[in-house]
Amino acid sequence: MAHSEQEILAGLAEIVSEETGLPADSVTPEKSFTDDLDIDSLSMMTIVTLAEEKFSVRIPDEEVKNLTTVGDAVTYIEGAQD
Amino acid sequence: MTRAPDVVITGMGMTTPLGGDLESTWQAALAGESGVRSLDNDWAATYGLPVNIAAQVKVHPSQVLSGPEIRRMDPSAQYAVIAMREAWADAGSPDVPPERLGAVVSSGIGGIWTTLDAWDTLRDKGARRVLPMTVPMLMPNSPSAYVELELGARAGAHALVSACASGAEAIGYAAEMIRSGRADVVVAGGTEAAVHPMPLAAFAASRTLSLRNDDPEGASRPYDVERDGFVLGEGAGIVVLESAAHAAARGARVYGHVAGVGLSSDGYHLTSPEPGGRGQIAAMRAAMADAEVAPSDIVHLNAHATSTVVGDLIEAHSVRQVLGGAADGVALSATKSMTGHLLGGAGAVETIFAVLALHHRTAPPTINVSQPDPDLVLDLVRDTPRELPSGQVAAINNSFGFGGHNVALVVTSA
Repeated sequence: MAHSEQEILAGLAEIVSEETGLPADSVTPEKSFTDDLDIDSLSMMTIVTLAEEKFSVRIPDEEVKNLTTVGDAVTYIEGAQD
Repeated sequence: MTRAPDVVITGMGMTTPLGGDLESTWQAALAGESGVRSLDNDWAATYGLPVNIAAQVKVHPSQVLSGPEIRRMDPSAQYAVIAMREAWADAGSPDVPPERLGAVVSSGIGGIWTTLDAWDTLRDKGARRVLPMTVPMLMPNSPSAYVELELGARAGAHALVSACASGAEAIGYAAEMIRSGRADVVVAGGTEAAVHPMPLAAFAASRTLSLRNDDPEGASRPYDVERDGFVLGEGAGIVVLESAAHAAARGARVYGHVAGVGLSSDGYHLTSPEPGGRGQIAAMRAAMADAEVAPSDIVHLNAHATSTVVGDLIEAHSVRQVLGGAADGVALSATKSMTGHLLGGAGAVETIFAVLALHHRTAPPTINVSQPDPDLVLDLVRDTPRELPSGQVAAINNSFGFGGHNVALVVTSA
């Protein structure tokens, strides 16, 4: 069953929060993974790996560089659901 | 010739089956407590393990570290970082240029939990689910790297691996870094987190573990006639070593000196110590020569003594050969009777015990020796601590590892 945008944001925020220690409610759509959330490439790939499992989607490596903000990731995951 | 810098110990930290820090561990050791417990899980039933006891850390890292720290470090690195933070604070957080600060933290086995968890993930869910942090968490130099990163050390970060001698070898190497002029301050020690069903099964397969499942606290009994193997333990010990000049310049409290480092290898067998103690004797003699101490200067010895039938006595006879008649005045402690065997952490934790013994002039006890082995030719401190002599004195810590690695460290009083 497809997840709603809100569900994806909440789920992604939970993953980011566990990985970084930042409060989940600070993980909002306009935040940049690198500039605002201080997430390095290894952490980003960890988040991608966990998000793929959580939302049953595939996020190809060549797409990851386009996911600048949390909102970008939510939009991509929403669209990638079958 | 310029004399090499004297190496002093200015900070110590640990997390062990006896306590989550230096003080609680030391007090539990003086009280003769055992850190061995029945395993609180179903491993024995699930996997048919013949062993259902181990010495796990008393304070779980989740009580000390943040969630992200737990996720990004193998337990072996978690223990090392906990002990490092205590040791660094204990040393007064020395102000040292990064280029003059080193890190040497060893593990005998490495990130076994991470390795096996990733293997489970691979088999159950496929390659796409294996986490990107797996390699930096499982590599055996990971604890050393985390210590180096947190302190910003740039004089070199190392992880010497020599099985159960690793922690002592790390401290020896750190001392050499200071003596050779590579560093002024080096954070050093050992860690292990291998209380997992696979290593338990593997050590049991090699017939080295105690099977005294019905008496966990009595299972580790070095030198007792009924000893039947070691108890797997986990934890870490970290010291801050410093050149004496650097420590004096900043007015640091000095616990003692790492005065002598002795290393040898048996060249004999993969797992059995050479029966004549050739390598052990060579290591102790080298450490004493390096420290320029005589047998009569030695008042205390923390034995490797893991509670195996063969190993304990070979070491005892080696000590007797090295110290001769002076061995009669040496208070022998086998602290694995309380902590279990911390493998790569053991040499560091036991070196710290030896330093504390000189610092407090109190040798910790050896517990569970109901009937000493009649072939034990040394003066064992049993059940209760023993006061050590005043004045300038020295102690030896012995650590030996699978592979025939022998490390002896001579520490001297402040």
